[in-house]
Amino acid sequence: MSTTASMGSLKVPTAGQRFSLPRLRLPLWAISWLQVGPIAFILTVLFAAPTLLFLVVSFFDYDRTGIYPAFILDNYKDLICSPSTLRVYISSLKFAIIVWGITLFLGLSVAHFLVFHIRNGMVRTVLFLACAIPFWTSGIIRTIAWIPFLGRNGAFNQMLMGMGVTSKPLDFLLFSDFAVIVTYVHLFTLLMIGPIANSLSKIDRALIEAAIDAGASRLQIMVNVIIPLSKTGIALGSLLVFTQVMGDYFVVKSMSGGQSASVVSMLSTEITAMQYPPASANAMVLVVFVAIMVAFMMRVVDVRKELVK
Amino acid sequence: MDNRFDVELIAVSKRYGTTLAVDEISLRIPSASYCCLLGPSGCGKTTTLRMIAGHEAISSGDILIRGQNVSELAPVQRGTAMMFQSYALFPHLSCLDNVAFSLKMRGVGKTERHAKAREFLGLVQMADFAHRLPAQLSGGQQQRVALARALIMQPRVLLLDEPLSALDPFLRIKVREELKRLQRELAITFIHVTHSQDEAMAMADMMVVMQDGHIRQAGSPRAVFERPNSPFIARFIGSHNVLSGPDGMIAVRADRCRLGVPGDGPFVSGRITAVEYQGAMVRVAMATDPGPEAAALVPDHAFFAEPVAPGDSATLVWAERDAHRMPEV
Repeated sequence: MSTTASMGSLKVPTAGQRFSLPRLRLPLWAISWLQVGPIAFILTVLFAAPTLLFLVVSFFDYDRTGIYPAFILDNYKDLICSPSTLRVYISSLKFAIIVWGITLFLGLSVAHFLVFHIRNGMVRTVLFLACAIPFWTSGIIRTIAWIPFLGRNGAFNQMLMGMGVTSKPLDFLLFSDFAVIVTYVHLFTLLMIGPIANSLSKIDRALIEAAIDAGASRLQIMVNVIIPLSKTGIALGSLLVFTQVMGDYFVVKSMSGGQSASVVSMLSTEITAMQYPPASANAMVLVVFVAIMVAFMMRVVDVRKELVK
Repeated sequence: MDNRFDVELIAVSKRYGTTLAVDEISLRIPSASYCCLLGPSGCGKTTTLRMIAGHEAISSGDILIRGQNVSELAPVQRGTAMMFQSYALFPHLSCLDNVAFSLKMRGVGKTERHAKAREFLGLVQMADFAHRLPAQLSGGQQQRVALARALIMQPRVLLLDEPLSALDPFLRIKVREELKRLQRELAITFIHVTHSQDEAMAMADMMVVMQDGHIRQAGSPRAVFERPNSPFIARFIGSHNVLSGPDGMIAVRADRCRLGVPGDGPFVSGRITAVEYQGAMVRVAMATDPGPEAAALVPDHAFFAEPVAPGDSATLVWAERDAHRMPEV
């Protein structure tokens, strides 16, 4: 009886049996570790370890010739007591808030236009690419490109004078806060458009019709339906823009003409002077500051919860 | 002003590019009636409903609501309210705020609009769920909230786009009783789009059967069922045999046919293809010798007195007066 059975199974091997390799059976805990392994490795090596290193170095002593292992709080004390620290933080925060406001308005408008007003899928893809392709070039090049445009004898001033709007070139256009903000907006609006467009495209069109049916005006639909339903995208975009501006140094350096400073430009001055311990302390304070701001934003919209949903 | 009709469509058309979705349809819906727009998918019934609602612009023609031409008006100015197929409840608002939404848009204060919304949630037995979000409700409960949200606008005409299609069959029968009761109590016109002839027959005062952007027949369910005006109608509403008679196409109700032997009256012979026991009735389907399928709905006692089986030859007989002649289409 058993012989017949085994004979039978030998004669009719199933496709799966014929080609299968010896199955490697892993316990569930090992599979979990394999799944989180790569990202855990990247985060540990590229984020946690350097941050820890900075933390350690930020307590070191230093002089003009070198740095010396120690545990002193002087770096933090100097940083917090220096009036310039508050000034740069306020300056960076000011840029961050202004740029956040402008990119939010632009990002929401552009995303809304792309998602709700362009009906043709092909046209929408082309317009999305038109937004994205300039970002394939380096941010440094896109920053510098504003200089010949906004300069005293730049294209924009020439145009204004040619049209007779102004009789002499406008000076505030370049090497000013204005130039910094223009460049930031240009660099970071796409970071708003992407997440917001993603949120908007998930909104059921029937909801808009239901709102129209209930007598909502265009503004009321925006305020009562579209903005509440795209708050995940708005929060994500805000997070990206905010952290980018707070972490920037090149734009402020090249576009403000030395009139403004950012947290990171202060830090970079210290690095150039080989003052690594105070630079580390500065970096730690910035990380904590941005983390607090991000935590505050997460309190308003729980991005994690919304993403999982 | 003529108030006998709540809704009048006058030669209304809808064109999308070169395709004609709705072709010059005219219809008058008497006041406070339950009207079902019925037809296979793609027949233009939903487009017609959306044109009445004002969510779809009409290409030509006019729509009148209680004698007023509303063709150019915004949805909210028409006195209509729509209940959407997927209910379209705002996912970020509680049931109470969903129902109160139209009042908020009109600028009604919070206390007042919430009180009113509670009243309408009560009307659909959903008062206990006021603070839940739509995602926390079952399909049937969501539908009640959607209904309350439409009714709070105190519409002259309530438009329902396939309201029962997302419900399970048992709930469907319960809800259709409730919709009918609400319509009677509120004494307003309901226009209900469906592809189910059972639903239309059970609910409608006026049944409008559409096909290819045309209205093929409109009238009370009984009038349509007893006198289908074309083979399409007879086949679509079901329970009819469409056969060719001596002078043109005829429709004979399946329940008026029986199995017998050729006699003086009309008959058709064929071979039995299926026997379905349905409880009170047994449906005997056959392929007739002339070609078309036919069926007899036989009372169970009659069937079991002389049972037949698939493969048997049989003859379908009916009385001359039960044959309904239709114009050839």
